[in-house]
Amino acid sequence: MTDKYDFSKPYDMPDARGHFGPYGGVYVAETLMLPIRELNAAYQRYLQDDEFLDELDADLQHYVGRPSPLYHAQRWSRELGGAQIWLKREDLNHTGAHKINNTIGQALLAKRMGKTRIIAETGAGQHGVATATVAARLGLECVVYMGAVDVERQALNVYRMRLLGAEVVAVESGSKTLKDALNEALRDWVTNVDDTFYIIGTVAGPHPYPAMVRDFQSIIGRETKQQLQDRRGCLPDALVACVGGGSNAIGLFYPFIDDEGVTMYGVEAAGDGLQTGRHSAPLCAGRPGVLHGNRTYLMEDDDGEIIETHSISAGLDYPGVGPEHAWLKDIGRVDYVSITDDQALQGFHALTRMEGIIPALESSHALAYTMQLAPTMDKDQILVVNLSGRGDKDMHTIAQREGLKF
Amino acid sequence: MSRLAEKFAELSKTGRKALIPFISAGDPNPDFTVSMLHAMVRAGADIIELGVPFSDPMADGPVIQRASERALDQHMSLRKVLQLVIRFRTQDQDTPIVLMGYLNPIEAMGYEAFANAAQRAEVDGVLTVDMPPEEAAEYVALLKARSIDPIFLLAPNSEEQRIEHVNTVASGYLYYVSIKGVTGAGHLDTSNVESKLQQIRSHTGLPLAVGFGVKDAETAKAISQIGDGVVVGSALIDRIEANLDDLDRAKNEIVAMLQDMRSAIDN
Repeated sequence: MTDKYDFSKPYDMPDARGHFGPYGGVYVAETLMLPIRELNAAYQRYLQDDEFLDELDADLQHYVGRPSPLYHAQRWSRELGGAQIWLKREDLNHTGAHKINNTIGQALLAKRMGKTRIIAETGAGQHGVATATVAARLGLECVVYMGAVDVERQALNVYRMRLLGAEVVAVESGSKTLKDALNEALRDWVTNVDDTFYIIGTVAGPHPYPAMVRDFQSIIGRETKQQLQDRRGCLPDALVACVGGGSNAIGLFYPFIDDEGVTMYGVEAAGDGLQTGRHSAPLCAGRPGVLHGNRTYLMEDDDGEIIETHSISAGLDYPGVGPEHAWLKDIGRVDYVSITDDQALQGFHALTRMEGIIPALESSHALAYTMQLAPTMDKDQILVVNLSGRGDKDMHTIAQREGLKF
Repeated sequence: MSRLAEKFAELSKTGRKALIPFISAGDPNPDFTVSMLHAMVRAGADIIELGVPFSDPMADGPVIQRASERALDQHMSLRKVLQLVIRFRTQDQDTPIVLMGYLNPIEAMGYEAFANAAQRAEVDGVLTVDMPPEEAAEYVALLKARSIDPIFLLAPNSEEQRIEHVNTVASGYLYYVSIKGVTGAGHLDTSNVESKLQQIRSHTGLPLAVGFGVKDAETAKAISQIGDGVVVGSALIDRIEANLDDLDRAKNEIVAMLQDMRSAIDN
């Protein structure tokens, strides 16, 4: 699809008001307009501020453990018989996923803005844990909203957040999952705007969140570019990442958008299969609408009501997607594909057995697509997969799926 | 002149303030909504805000969230809300109806198709909570071309420049959200509201309706002394929720509450 994308102009998105073409923007109630404007001003200021950037870099290095390795999965590459597969090891970050790249950045911003209270939404609990972690470190009060259904199925992460000192609020409204947690966090924010900073975990929400979270996550792509340059002296041929809200994917893709030889694949969760309607793939099977402060592709019915999503991976179980992905789809720069629950499990087992790395179910979607893509490529080509998180949190889900009980 | 402008002009002539009840369309069923609309007019409502249920009502507190869920359980939708307004209009040509809801159902229908359908149903105003003026150029133009007033919100933290901007796009009235929070929450501080309304009035000639936190005749009266209209929603819907097994009783309690508010405001 990249053949229709025009590489002659450098990519420069969003515009000043947070639009990616028709997507993005600021669609929130009046009371949030001022805090969003203040946040945007702080974000614009500190992203140019050397002292802020130095502190962020130091934290990413010494607290998160960056740079994360870029690992050549030679055995798996041989087995698949095509492209050389390299894994960007975000699973080795502190707290076990890419989420902390963003929470560190936003928490430092919150501190600069004089906010004393942090709120967050979480689905699988990875973003909640990453937020509770940085809040503990900075001594900030922390409240995490989590759908009651997710509280039930991710009990371990709930306990981790509570150990870290966060209050975890089970959200009982709507479908009691991630989207409802986001609604409730927005309600908290509107009520406590003066002292509260809302750390959104993905590249969604009103501007500046999609751009800001992307900027904090694009350390993933910048490192990948440098690491591959150092070790192979070239650019990758293909990038693959899973897309729920899309923060790990945009983090990997963004530094490569202007590089014409790099093909990119965003992998959505097809759940039980796109044809069943039980999936979480708005880019592949949804349509544009407005939710949670931005215009993007959504899973909705004919009346514009948001419908329930399904994925084996709680982190991909969201009816929307970051507005920049909507734009990258429309302009043909990124191919968006989908992988079912069953295929994701195959990817999970393949990496575990071939390389001794147990991946998160979210990342397993990207791995499963890699199993389809790599064999179609030449042996001297390079495919980089974002291994966005580790699989410890998913042991229970996978065991249950295979009929085991601990 | 729009029905809303006429209503405020008429009220202003007699020195009265607008009583503006809000209920969610289809809660707990469509027939109840139509009969409730007429009953509210008889109880003294000047304008009615009719909630369009949405799956993700981000600005609403638990009472209106549950009302939305009950309505969606009855398969209520924006299209069906417009049909309810048409039914209401067969017996009431005078009372202005303002649709209040979220943007996505309008996006799904298409702005122009929605504006046409709202005009056919004789809707008088549309308040879309998550549609700020910055994004609203096309939406406002389509509504105004059909003499439908786009109503916008102002909040305690709306700054001067913003009030001026909102005033340039809004018509009908401005809805002042009296507290930082969601619908039905918190305690309203009348003196804070009063000073903010004074600031807003220095930038606009539009009538100012005040909502969020009006719970009883006492708060309604206090607000009516400083604003041009009093919006009450969660307190009414609370009566529906408390009487789901006896909707006649729900209706009677809402009527009694509005009558109390009416007489407190007028006297």
